Amino acid sequence: MRKLRIGIGCAVLLVGIAAGAGAVDDPVAKGRQMARQATPAENWATTDHSKHALLQQEFTSGPQVTRACLSCHTEAAAQVHKTIHWTWLDPNADPDLQVGKGGLVVNNFCINIQSNEPRCTSCHAGYGWKDKNFDFSDPSRIDCLVCHEQTGTYKKFPTKAGNPVTEPTKFGGKTFLPPDWARVAQSVGRPGRRNCGTCHFFGGGGDGVKHGDMDSSLMKPNKSLDVHMGVDGQNFSCTRCHTTSVHHIAGRIYSTPAAESRKSLLEDDLMPRIMCESCHSATPHKETKLNDHTDKVACQSCHIPEYARVNPTKMWWDWSKAGLKRDGKPYAVDGPLGKHSYMSKKGEFRWGKNVVPEYYWFNGSINTLTARDMIDPAGPVKVSWPVGSRMDSNARIFPFKVHRGRQPYDKVNKTLLIPYLFGKDQDAYWKGYDWKSSLAAGMKAAGLPFSGEFDFVETEFVYPTTHMVAPKENSLNCSACHSQQSRLANLAGFYMPARDGSSLVDILGWGAVVASLIGVALHGLARLFYRPKRREE
Amino acid sequence: MPKTKIYLYTKFERFWHWMQTLLIIMLIITGLEVHGSFSWLGFERAVELHNLFGISWIILLVFIFFWLLTTGEWKQYMPTTKKLFQVARYYMSGIFRGEPHPVQKRKGAKHNPLQRLTYLGLAATILPIQGVTGLLYWTYNSWAEWGLAPYLSLGVVATLHMICAFALLVFLVIHVYMTTTGHTVFAHIAAMFSGWEEIDDEEDVADWEKKRFKGRA
Repeated sequence: MRKLRIGIGCAVLLVGIAAGAGAVDDPVAKGRQMARQATPAENWATTDHSKHALLQQEFTSGPQVTRACLSCHTEAAAQVHKTIHWTWLDPNADPDLQVGKGGLVVNNFCINIQSNEPRCTSCHAGYGWKDKNFDFSDPSRIDCLVCHEQTGTYKKFPTKAGNPVTEPTKFGGKTFLPPDWARVAQSVGRPGRRNCGTCHFFGGGGDGVKHGDMDSSLMKPNKSLDVHMGVDGQNFSCTRCHTTSVHHIAGRIYSTPAAESRKSLLEDDLMPRIMCESCHSATPHKETKLNDHTDKVACQSCHIPEYARVNPTKMWWDWSKAGLKRDGKPYAVDGPLGKHSYMSKKGEFRWGKNVVPEYYWFNGSINTLTARDMIDPAGPVKVSWPVGSRMDSNARIFPFKVHRGRQPYDKVNKTLLIPYLFGKDQDAYWKGYDWKSSLAAGMKAAGLPFSGEFDFVETEFVYPTTHMVAPKENSLNCSACHSQQSRLANLAGFYMPARDGSSLVDILGWGAVVASLIGVALHGLARLFYRPKRREE
Repeated sequence: MPKTKIYLYTKFERFWHWMQTLLIIMLIITGLEVHGSFSWLGFERAVELHNLFGISWIILLVFIFFWLLTTGEWKQYMPTTKKLFQVARYYMSGIFRGEPHPVQKRKGAKHNPLQRLTYLGLAATILPIQGVTGLLYWTYNSWAEWGLAPYLSLGVVATLHMICAFALLVFLVIHVYMTTTGHTVFAHIAAMFSGWEEIDDEEDVADWEKKRFKGRA
């Protein structure tokens, strides 16, 4: 009896100790509480702009409104002039290199702004950037309203270099009305989702074209699309995370990471709240094994299982197919997901919905080619790519949308080419449909050489996937990566359980197991076979 | 030949044997899932259980080794070549001809020379390697903190762990089969439950096979 009791005692002890090893304290994300204390606008606002006499006048233009704003907000223009929202240039890059979409940085959508300004700058927070002679130092050129007006009625016209219309004008089936300047001026407040989303949800000229994780579905998302912005949940505005200091809005800027360190508000409550860790800390899970991952795997990798979960996003754009005509006229083909699969103006498209991201090591920095950089036309050219490697202590595995396509390059100079797309003359591709004259005009406007010989090359452009964070129930299971069909199949150089293993050991190991099974089976059969003989004896 | 029953396995011995059986089988199942060989419980659950069983097994091993040391039962595992080849030959041919086992189980001589070698091999090599590689695998995230990171590779640790796992699986297959070679198919298994093994006459037990007890038996 004594031994039995000891036995039971041991069993209880074993289970007890083993269970104790797995138990952990429940970590409360204290930063979240601090974020909640960053109270909503109504607790901060000490003015009602509709009561300002200065704004109760008959405005006739944007710059007039801006001058009124600046008469009180004396430092705002100088602040805005320094931001990337104004310059469209990387403030941390050598100005001579012209890094930025306002400079020579290239993408594989409409490629570059040079020569196409009036179309592209409909998303510039300014008035009248129609060519390279735009006066970036003029305070009255700033468009305060596009970011601050709250009526939702203020619209910049798509092709007027950032200006709204002065009389009702049709574009793409929609009629744009001149703003009620006094009304929109009196409505100003802190930027809301609509202010940011008007440009950022429609980057690339349409809903969800550029970003896979930002489109019009984030205007009023539910919790399952975005657990932070969901109107049925936390209802965050963009600026809740993209915190702002003297008009500088937190977020990644080309090769400058959104944040240099991943601290929580408990360590520094005045820092930008741009990282997940700001509120959630680096150890947000109750399960300690999950917390063991946060040094190498970004939160987004598991918590954004797919992007473009409501609206489709563009995945492929082949410029080389552009220019076909039917009956001498450009045309468009409706494809799946309610989107064009072909347009004579732009070429062939493919769209995706519920897209599984691609994963790369990422230290927060993205490098982008300019039209000056040499390329290797042999393989897919990385027009932009995430910086980081397994050996980089700041790098973590991060999800990306990779937009692929084919775009023109100079066969002699080995550079990507800038086409002149939008314009009224025949050199503009969308008028004349002639690549050579379009590329010549585009490169000339950019002040870059063009040999006259061009072809198309396949390219890739990356977008970090960081919005559309799903509720935790919808985050990825371990086996999404820890399996033979791992999402991280492309990341080499480290051992990952269930993904990796020595196939030699597996083959020899299973071989030995099978051999021993066969061996004992034969041995057993032989015993059965000989037994009767033994009995007969 | 006259048969007699002797009490061969004490309660704790039987407890640790079956506990270890259970743990090793569960460890093999969950471990293979963690290895990616199949998907059943889900990776997360498999890892949790594998850790739980692994730690439990290491704790159990501590108790087993303590028991072996304090009872002197460790002497049952001393290797010998005496009659080793007879035993091997018995399993290769004699067993089919109905010959008696060359080494009878006796109190104080639980294991034949082949068993001694096998169990000692397990206890001295496979089990410690499996325990150490398992602990290292489990504590992977602390390697840097402990200054071990430059000297270890998870791939190597995992591969060693895998090799030993296969060795244990092979052992399990053969060990289970060998239990059927007693007087009846289930005789040895029954003995491991009851503690009582039925053996032939006790006379012909050689002296060297006997565990040498000081005082009590």
